[in-house]
Amino acid sequence: MADHTLDVKGLNCPMPILKARKALKDVPADGTLEILATDPGSVADFEAFCRQTGNELIEHSEDDGVYRLLIKHTA
Amino acid sequence: MSAEEKSMTIIVTKGSLDWAYPPFILATTAAAMGLSVTMFFTFYGLPLLLKKLDLQLTAAGNPAMKMPMMGGHMGLPNILTAIPGIDAACTKMMKNLMNKKGVASIEDLRELAVEAEVRLIACQMTMDLFEYTLDDMIEGPELGGAATYIESATKSDINLFI
Repeated sequence: MADHTLDVKGLNCPMPILKARKALKDVPADGTLEILATDPGSVADFEAFCRQTGNELIEHSEDDGVYRLLIKHTA
Repeated sequence: MSAEEKSMTIIVTKGSLDWAYPPFILATTAAAMGLSVTMFFTFYGLPLLLKKLDLQLTAAGNPAMKMPMMGGHMGLPNILTAIPGIDAACTKMMKNLMNKKGVASIEDLRELAVEAEVRLIACQMTMDLFEYTLDDMIEGPELGGAATYIESATKSDINLFI
């Protein structure tokens, strides 16, 4: 189970990234943030976000139009 | 600023509803990705700092503006763009579409930019030209001119003109 879950379903670019940045502040170091999004660009964007910020995208999957991303707070 | 921190500047020159999006989307996203961001508001970009925004859109001279409609995409021939009320109708249509598609408002993105400590510079010359004062603007912008911007841009990794 993730330490925190962020539901950004229905929101478009750049809101999922902006909300994730804020949510990560409440996630302890090495804790995890689960993100639920419907923006089809979110996987590519979160990969770039994690590379740039030094956080780790542990896994991502898609089920019926909902993308689930798991980020480890390492930065 | 740490030595490794990247930075970005954007010159914001346009203030219509559609043109307001790229600078605010890029500024807030860059800030979220740890960049130090400066926005320089000049000419028609300056009113984007006004307390009350009432952003409008025009289809005139914009053949690329095609709205999804009735299963296709429809534009507006230039000759029809002069009809009174047509800009208001286009603006309303665009705002409805954005709302439906989960696109944030410019007001919201601007607030997030301020919250993320994006440095906002209001062009002093444009302030004089269009007769605005800092009292007309939201809390946060500082006044500056070309030299203020250039100093910031010289140290920056990314410099954009929008």
